[in-house]
Amino acid sequence: MCGIAGLIHRGKSTNIGREMQNMLQSLKHRGPDSTGYALYGDGNTDNYILRFKVGENVKEGSSAKIEDPSVYDSRKEKVNSEILTAGAKIIEEERITPYCFRYVIKCDDDLLELAQKIESVEMTEILSLGKSLELVKDIGDASVVADQYSLNNFNGTHGIGHTRMATESGVDIRSAHPFWGYPFSDVSVVHNGQLTNYWNTRRKLEKIGMRFMSNCDSELIAVYLATKIREEIDLEDAMKTSLDDLDGVFTYLVATKDKLGMAKDYMAAKPMVLYESDDLVVLASEEVAIRSLLPHEIDTHDPYEGVVKVWQA
Amino acid sequence: MASVKDHKSHEMGLHDETLTGRTQQVFFNSEESANFFYDDSYEVDINKRAEIDVEKLLCLEVNKKIKDLMKQGYGTIVLKNPGAKHSLGVGILNKLNLIVEGSLGYFGIGSIDGPVVRISGRVGWSCAENMMAGKVVIEKNAGSCFGAAIRGGDLICKGSVGARSGIDMKGGTIIIGGNAGAFTGFMMQRGRIIILGDVGPNLGDSLYDGTIFVGGKITSLGADAVQAEMTDLDVGWLKRKLKVAEIEKKVDFSKMTKIVSGKKLWNYDNLEPSERKGAI
Repeated sequence: MCGIAGLIHRGKSTNIGREMQNMLQSLKHRGPDSTGYALYGDGNTDNYILRFKVGENVKEGSSAKIEDPSVYDSRKEKVNSEILTAGAKIIEEERITPYCFRYVIKCDDDLLELAQKIESVEMTEILSLGKSLELVKDIGDASVVADQYSLNNFNGTHGIGHTRMATESGVDIRSAHPFWGYPFSDVSVVHNGQLTNYWNTRRKLEKIGMRFMSNCDSELIAVYLATKIREEIDLEDAMKTSLDDLDGVFTYLVATKDKLGMAKDYMAAKPMVLYESDDLVVLASEEVAIRSLLPHEIDTHDPYEGVVKVWQA
Repeated sequence: MASVKDHKSHEMGLHDETLTGRTQQVFFNSEESANFFYDDSYEVDINKRAEIDVEKLLCLEVNKKIKDLMKQGYGTIVLKNPGAKHSLGVGILNKLNLIVEGSLGYFGIGSIDGPVVRISGRVGWSCAENMMAGKVVIEKNAGSCFGAAIRGGDLICKGSVGARSGIDMKGGTIIIGGNAGAFTGFMMQRGRIIILGDVGPNLGDSLYDGTIFVGGKITSLGADAVQAEMTDLDVGWLKRKLKVAEIEKKVDFSKMTKIVSGKKLWNYDNLEPSERKGAI
């Protein structure tokens, strides 16, 4: 089933960490296996924020293995070395969990080379790399993950999130949402639905050099959009073409440094409720999530089939 | 009527079995009268009123409270602070005046038989699914699968609704004051849908029977849905029905579009004569 949610404040910054936590916690019944947040902070014009993992957190159905934590230290040192080799500089480093890290780094804008070097280290995956995006995902409900990663006081303008009910792949971090739009700064995607042309489309994208880190069909949307961004296609146009290029039933949210977008397939088989005002846009799989932020009476509606919408922060 | 061999599927060797056909209509038999009454039906007084604050209650607790209040003879129940919670007000098989002050989540007011329900906010997916009788009025918008598989009653949304409204409906009337999404009336088998606004693609797809009236634009018709001529009888019925629905929108009923089944998709040829008469 899965639950997705997103919000964007127009022209102001608030505690979106707490807001997204409230929304995702109220969608827990749609997906109790893992929770993910893509939060867009107030922005750092000089440095990049890098979130990565060097190991997995695993539950049922996953082919990944729980490893001895001692290997994480050596991998982390190798990542540090690769960052330096790529010509970047580590400004700050923080260990959030035994396997997840948050770094502030200084580098030029060739993120692909940097990303490739970092991910050349065994079991290492970049969760996000951007000037405002911070992507966090792990096993557990919204409160568990928010507490674990200290998201309760995260200020920013917008964010998207996901509660996952594992169906087509196992319970682990690599299959959890959101997915980063590798290797582009500040692009993230969450999805509710099933893509039926996943393998065919994945093979096409792999042939042109795009990277996949999981077997989760939702990752395809992030990679697909990243391909379009590489071709310098506008986000909204890319989302529109996705409705024809992706088969299946789906509703997805995408966020960039200053935008939030939603797309719904032609069958409209996956839910999405939208509240829109002059200063705030909130979307969720169920209205109950929107009510966790706005308990007073408001007007909401379901966007129709084949709808693509993009909002500016 | 087209012969069996006229269908392409039959030329391909599909669906060539002889069907006996079987009506879904249940005829009343006084010897089976016990089957037509519910165990949990109560004598209630519409003037006896109670309120339930839903905010801190689970849906199961709310539905149980409604039942308990009906047992005590309360005929008017107000749900306060519903907070878009799911499955509120389901399974009411009784005369009741239920007022919802706010919005409902998914599967609200499902499987009801008899109550009059007024909702001041919005409803989520599958509102009033399997409704048998009664009247439900929603002041704002509704999600997808609005009135899925209803058998009877009047289901009214003054705003717009999502996709697949009236899917699999087998009777009753759905009235939509605004627009409707894709696949409205999908596999509808009986009853009527009235949409005063525009409607999305594949209207009446695989429509078996029933009638859909549209006041605005139709994006596209689904398989086997065809346009039929509006009659004076239709106009008269629409006028009366809209009045009952409390929708104060000026409508030129004669200019509405009427959609019915083309009856080319299903095995109408194989129905028994009496059923064929009913179907046609």
